[in-house]
Amino acid sequence: MSAGGHHALFEAVVPAGFPSPAADYEEDRLDLNRHLVKNPAATFFVRVTGDSMLGAGIHHGDLLVVDRSLEPRDKNVVIAAVDGELTVKRIRINRRKITLEPENHNYFAQEITAETEFEVWGVVTNVIHQL
Amino acid sequence: MKEIFALVDCNNFYVSCERVFNPKLAGRPVVVLSNNDGCVVARSNEAKELKIGMGVPAFEVADLIKRHNIEVFSSNYTLYADMSRRVMQTLATFTPEIEIYSIDEAFLNLAGFGSALADYGRRIQRTVKKWTGMPVSIGIAGTKTLAKIANHLAKHSAKFNGVLDLSGSANLEQVLAEVPLEKVWGIGIRSAIKLKRAGLKTSLDLSRADISWIRSRFGVLGVRTVYELRGNCCYPLEDNPPARQSIVVSRMFGAPVESIEQLKEAAATYADRAGEKLREHKLAANLQTVFVTTSRFIKNKYFNSHTFAFETATSDTTELIRAATSSIEKLYRINYKFKKCGVVLLGLVPQERVQRNLFDKTDREKSRRLMRAVDAVNAKVDTPVYWAAEGLSRDWHVKFRRRSKKFTTCWDELPEVA
Repeated sequence: MSAGGHHALFEAVVPAGFPSPAADYEEDRLDLNRHLVKNPAATFFVRVTGDSMLGAGIHHGDLLVVDRSLEPRDKNVVIAAVDGELTVKRIRINRRKITLEPENHNYFAQEITAETEFEVWGVVTNVIHQL
Repeated sequence: MKEIFALVDCNNFYVSCERVFNPKLAGRPVVVLSNNDGCVVARSNEAKELKIGMGVPAFEVADLIKRHNIEVFSSNYTLYADMSRRVMQTLATFTPEIEIYSIDEAFLNLAGFGSALADYGRRIQRTVKKWTGMPVSIGIAGTKTLAKIANHLAKHSAKFNGVLDLSGSANLEQVLAEVPLEKVWGIGIRSAIKLKRAGLKTSLDLSRADISWIRSRFGVLGVRTVYELRGNCCYPLEDNPPARQSIVVSRMFGAPVESIEQLKEAAATYADRAGEKLREHKLAANLQTVFVTTSRFIKNKYFNSHTFAFETATSDTTELIRAATSSIEKLYRINYKFKKCGVVLLGLVPQERVQRNLFDKTDREKSRRLMRAVDAVNAKVDTPVYWAAEGLSRDWHVKFRRRSKKFTTCWDELPEVA
């Protein structure tokens, strides 16, 4: 992916005196890449395994778009490194504590304590789910 | 306007790339091996502390690796190149003027960015870490040579925490007094020895050296180095002191080598690695010296070297290997236990400035294309292309073969999250 993205070059050959009506609607082609990736240098794709986030519409095998440049806020879905493993969970941040919450009753929430090796790896911005 | 340069250098770049996608590696000793798992090309600080040397062959440190449970990776150049691109792209958001100096270093022009440059440097450092996961050190100064020194100090002295601004520093002299001559950009080991013989000890001494004396002994390049140390910019962005004077790849063998075949294989492997380094720096060599030696501590001692002069400066691995094997044929003596062998490339010139010899029979453009293709293949595949002379058995060699995934460039190899 290049920094500038791809631009569709629009060149209409216009006979003198007859401006093409289409020229008014000249636009870039819709580029899904640019729609999903705001900051290419900081955006990574990761693959989901398991169903701990089913309630958030994140299925096994889905593709997640992760932007590392975003500051994680309460209720964001994030990729976190917890004790050496990468995991996707909803983060709850309040004054007293940080919790990682799954969206599936078969899984438990995990509170981050002083002993946990913990780092937010990036903020999930989109899920790409194949039907 | 006064020039201000920031040299941004990724810390243990290859290792740090591996760590971004494998958080388990944090705080653990990690090494990355060269293309064909021959030698160590990157070490985490923890591995450095365990005395794993840079460039040592893997078999030499196999015991250390086992004993300390060191994580070993084969080079994953696809990943490193993509991470490098991300780091550079991030840096480019901080200044319009950036010079990518190597896969893990860039100079930024920060002239006109005010005086709180250390703060700006910290912002750059924080942003690169956050966006890409890459830890960097930043040295800021009025010349590239001083920025290199600032970077070195920023990286190795805990008190600077990775960022040091020497621009407008009142105690620049104090700083230079602590920096040994060999650490100065453009001062090779040989020049350092010459300077020491003349009584100079530190880069402060060098910065105070008499210009006409420097010119007579080290030419105009030496003069530029002195001026740069004094803060007078001689190398603007995109213009650098000439690259290194020689490339050396030489190793001690794990077990003594007695057969000519094994010696040839070793020399060919080192020539291959030296060629890689050569091309990495966009250089070509006019001379290649191969040396072999037995242990100094046994009765039956033998040391010899042979130098091959290429008709035209080359960076072609096939030529380097052919010359290396023919040198070994001249050097080999039966009934000696060889302990070490090495390949030294000399007479280095920039690749694009290579003068074609009238009688040169090699198609330069074709061979350059072949080299690029081989380097590209080796960067992409698990099993690198071996030159036939390197041999396939290589008993003197240890193999690890553990390349991490192409996490950022291959749909089937994305990081997995549960």
